[in-house]
This record gives sequence, C-alpha cells and structure tokens, in this order.
Amino acid sequence: MSRHDGPDPNHHPNPPVPRGRRLTRETPTRGPARRTPYVIAGILLAAAILLPLLPQTYSFAAPRVGGMPFFYWYQLLWVPISAALSGIAYWLVTTEDRRRRAAARAASLPAEGQAGTASEGDQR
Amino acid sequence: MNGREINWIALIIVILLFVAVAIMGFMAARWRRTGEQGLHSLDEWGLGGRGFGTWITWFLLGGDLYTAYTFVAVPAAMWATGAVSGFFAVPYTIVLYPIIFIIMSRLWSVSHRHGFVTSADFVGGRYGSRWLSLAVAVTGIVATMPYIALQLVGIKAVLTVLGLGSSQNMLLTDMPLILAFVVLAAYTYTSGLRAPAMIAVVKDLLIYLSVIVAVIYLPIKFGGWDTIFGAAETKLGTVNQATGKPAGVFIPGPGNYSAYWTLALGSALALFMYPHSVTGVLASKARNTIRRNAAILPLYSLMLGFLALLGFVAIQAGTKPVDLDGSVNPQLVVPQLFLDHFPAWFAGIALAAIAIGALVPAAIMSIAAANLFTRNVYRDFFRPNVDAKTEANVSKIVSLVVKVGALIFVIAMDQSTAINMQLLGGIWILQTFPAVVVGLYTRWFDRWALLAGWAAGIAFGTISAYNVVNPVTHAHFGGSVAPIPGTDFSVYIAVSAFALNLIVSALLTLVLRALKVPTGEDTTRPSDYGADETDPKIVEIERTHRFVEPGGAPPVA
Repeated sequence: MSRHDGPDPNHHPNPPVPRGRRLTRETPTRGPARRTPYVIAGILLAAAILLPLLPQTYSFAAPRVGGMPFFYWYQLLWVPISAALSGIAYWLVTTEDRRRRAAARAASLPAEGQAGTASEGDQR
Repeated sequence: MNGREINWIALIIVILLFVAVAIMGFMAARWRRTGEQGLHSLDEWGLGGRGFGTWITWFLLGGDLYTAYTFVAVPAAMWATGAVSGFFAVPYTIVLYPIIFIIMSRLWSVSHRHGFVTSADFVGGRYGSRWLSLAVAVTGIVATMPYIALQLVGIKAVLTVLGLGSSQNMLLTDMPLILAFVVLAAYTYTSGLRAPAMIAVVKDLLIYLSVIVAVIYLPIKFGGWDTIFGAAETKLGTVNQATGKPAGVFIPGPGNYSAYWTLALGSALALFMYPHSVTGVLASKARNTIRRNAAILPLYSLMLGFLALLGFVAIQAGTKPVDLDGSVNPQLVVPQLFLDHFPAWFAGIALAAIAIGALVPAAIMSIAAANLFTRNVYRDFFRPNVDAKTEANVSKIVSLVVKVGALIFVIAMDQSTAINMQLLGGIWILQTFPAVVVGLYTRWFDRWALLAGWAAGIAFGTISAYNVVNPVTHAHFGGSVAPIPGTDFSVYIAVSAFALNLIVSALLTLVLRALKVPTGEDTTRPSDYGADETDPKIVEIERTHRFVEPGGAPPVA
C-alpha cells in the first residue's frame, strides 16, 4: 500500500457518513498519555536490558550453586527475572493503554469540530 | 572412520516424525481460513491471515528464532571455545525481549493501519523513498539466504550422525537433504505461513522434551554439574600449541567484557531486523500480542541456556564429533551426545526435533524474503499497480527460488562459506536499524542520510570482518569481534559499524537540512503508531470518507 494509496485513486462519490462519527486519518487512536506508568515501565525494561549486559558484575566463579559457577547460574536466573519485569511492564502499559483508548473513543463520538486537532502523545 | 553405521531405529523415528510433519504442513492450508479469497493475497499466504493469537505466536516466534542451527552451533561453540562465543547467547536472548517489548508493538500498529507486509514497506511509507526501502529489502534478502543455508547445515549434522551419506559420493550424501527440501518447498508453496506455524507447535514440544530429559538425566549420569564444569574448565584452560593461548574461555576476564556484552547487545538489536522475525510479529492478531510474548518467550532462553551447557556435558562425556571425512566437526557434538547416551528411539526423537527445527525457520525465512522481493522490488520498481493475487503468486514462486538458492549454497560451496556469510549477514542486517526502528519514533533523520549511513556501516563492517584472521588456519572472516579502530577495545563488529552508521546519518542529516533538500512524503500519522486491531485501517477510512489529504507537509511526531 504505502504511498500508492495517497490522494484517492478511486474517485468514488462521497459515501454517506456514519451517524455522528467523523473519522479522519488524524483522528487520535488514543487519548493523551499519563507519564507515570510509562516511566515506571521504562525503568523496569531498562533494568532488564542493562543489568545482564554488565559482565563485570557477574563474571566470577564463586559462589557455586549445585556445582554451577556464579557466572552461569546468575545469567540463567536473569531469564525469569527479565520475564517478570516484562510482565509487570505489560500490565502497567496495557492498563494505561486501555484508559487512553476509552478516552479517545469517547472524544471522537460527538465529533465534528474536533477531529484532527486533539493532541496525540503516542509515546510507546 | 569413513562410513558410519546407520542407526536404523533412530533413523526410522526421524523419518516417521518428518512424514507426520509434512502431512501437517499440507493440511495447514485449510487451517483458520477466513475470507473467500483463499490464499490469494500476501496477507493470507505470507502472513497467515494476520490472525495468530498469543500462543500460536509464541510457538511461531520460538520456532522461528531458536533455529536448528542455534541448537547445533551454540553447544558446539561452548564445547570448542567456551563462554564468550557460546554463552553470550543467554544474555543476548534475555535483553532481546525487553527491546522488542518497546519497539515491536509500534511497528505492528503502523503496519496494521497501512497494510505493510515487510519492514521495508514501512520505511518506504515513512520516508517516501523507494531507494531506502530497496536498501532495507535487499539487506534483508541477502542476510536471510545464508541463514536458510545454515538450517540445512543443521539437518546435515543430524543426517551425518545417523550414518547417512558418505564422503565419496556427493549426490548420494545430499539426496536426503534435497528430498527434505523439496517437501518443505512444496508445503510452503501451498500453505504459506500457516504451515510453519502449525509445525512449530510439534517441533517446540519435541525440543522441550529432549532438552528437559537431557538436562536432568545427563548430569546425573556424569557425576553432577560439579564434575562437568570441572572438566570444561580443564579443557578450555589447556594451552593450544598453535596459538600459545588457552583453547577457550571458561569465565570471561576483564579483557573479554566488551566483546561479551557487545555480542549480546548487537545480536539482540539485529535479530528483529531480520525479515523472518518481522514476519512473525506482523502475523500476530493484535498490538499487544507481541508484548505478551515478550513476557513468555524467555522460556525458550532458559531452554537455550541449558542446551548451551550440554556442550560442557559433552566435554565430560568425551563425545567425539567425527565427521564423514574423519575430521573433528564441533557441530556434531549435540547430535552425537544424544546418540551415544540415550536409547536409539529417544535419540531419534531428539534428532528429529533438531531436523524439524530447521524446517520451521527455513520456511518462514523463505516466505519473508519472498515478501520483501514482491513488495519492495517487484511492486515498487516494476509493477506499481499489481493486484493482491499476483503479489501472492510472485511471492510463492520467489520462495521456491530462495530455497533452491540456499540448497545450492550448501551443496556446491564449502560449509564455511555459509557460516562466513551468516556472520556478515548479522553485521549487515543491524545497519537497517536506524531506518526502521528510529523511524518508528522520529522523522528527524533524512532519507538520503540514512542511506549513506547504511552504506558506510555495511562497508566498514564487511572490511572489518574480512580483516579478522583466524590464528590457526590464517583464513579471513575468522570471527565477529575486532578492536575499534585506533583502540584496543574489542567489540562485536556489527556494533561498531552501527555506531558509524548513526554518526554518518546524523551529520549528513544536518548537512542536507542546511541545503534544504526535499524530505519526501510521510504517509504515516502520529495516530497510526498507537492503533490497535479495532481501529480502522487507512483504506477503510478512505473508503468511507473519501478523505483527501490536506496539502503541505504532514504533521510529524
């Protein structure tokens, strides 16, 4: 599709507009974002990305667990930790996402005058 | 040691499972069929109807990213050279998922709104530049070809330990491989992405079963992890006569830190630039499917971590990975380990899991490469008004061509050529990151500057990789780590090339902006990047409103 569906190739006659709802390409899909959930999720994900990339913090043999040097079991331990951090981030972000969608749809229903001007703020 | 004995029980199990999977592949054409259109569009054939939910996506991506070559090469690297070249796969697949959590839902949303099938589609739409789009597409295709070839190397390792093939008769040796690929090509052609999605479920269950049993049973048999790590430390610490250096790295020292973390980070950033990963993401049903998967896909990383440790188990077990011509081939370590220490029927299941593990990614990769060709070469440059049905047909044929190409690659060329190309592919594919991922967040970069940055990154990466010389064989492309020029700070070449890429792109953007070079049309809107499955697609909005774009530059986030 991309650039070929630009300024209308079809030249249809203007079809009836659905009652009370005027969608344009600028109509926001989500309402404005609240900062807090994204900041917390961002910190959790940043921790899950940065901490496993610091071998100076875990490149040791001791303490061993079940015969496994620290270097090996510590990194394997990060797998469930990272999954949990992503899980929490998922919960934070989707909860906020749902609220923003509900806000955007409520705003676009009475429509007419405001489509295309509402602020978007899609951060992630 | 020419002419291994054929292990009949294991071989029969492998053949039975292979046939079962092939039947599933053909039946998959009728799975979850929705529209009356059949498989006559890229959305249906190349993206499985864009409707895979959380679990199918989990199996599909798991089967897609953790390939047969991974299962063979990671323990092989652990067995031969230890932690830096082998165990980095664990932090790599850990940091991978937070990264895709952040970037991939945005790519999903904008692709859903605009009907993009490839990442190059997105780049074309975002920057209004089919040349930049072509660069992304060609990089994707070129990087994917050797990757498919390596899947064949995985199958070959399995066939070799099973006793098939000889070092004398080339055609006879490769006959089972050719047969397997003809079947694979046939069901990919008829069923599209649905076939690997369905097969991935079987393959992953077999892999989990094999790895869990091996990880519990083998350490007990060989005196516990203590003994196993002891044997590994001894072997990796032994000084190699030819180089005067230890054989490998047991626990990385300060000199290896930068190589270790840049390998992990660079590979993680690169993986989701590969076309087959993007295909797996865009085939999912909703914006959040990929995010949910970021939280559950790490289960595969845990499995990969233990699989890597099987390389150490093989050291203690004294596994001898002897190839058909009598030379030592580390890639045979894991198949040989299973064959040596398990009953033939169970070894058969594990070997079948590896072989089937090659078919899933090979199918997805060939579909993804075919989609790139169809959309970003054939359509953009030759047939701008192509209809959906022709697109699907072109893609089907190209998927066959890609697979034949990979087969020739493996049969006609030295196996090390495929491995070198794959090494280069990882470096090249990361150079599409600025155009694709940075483009998801900002239009700040200029399209021509991005193209120049891409070219600079590829040239630098290729030359650096060529200059890495293997200390024993004195061959070029001896590894993927090199010092940053002018320092002794060793890093993954893909990462240093990526840094150069970003610098060139940024500087040239400033220059081109000062010269007031036109920036091209951006067909995306800020609203596109947060869209979910319930939001209307662009075509639907335009159909109901005959929306005419306002003149002038669109608002850019």
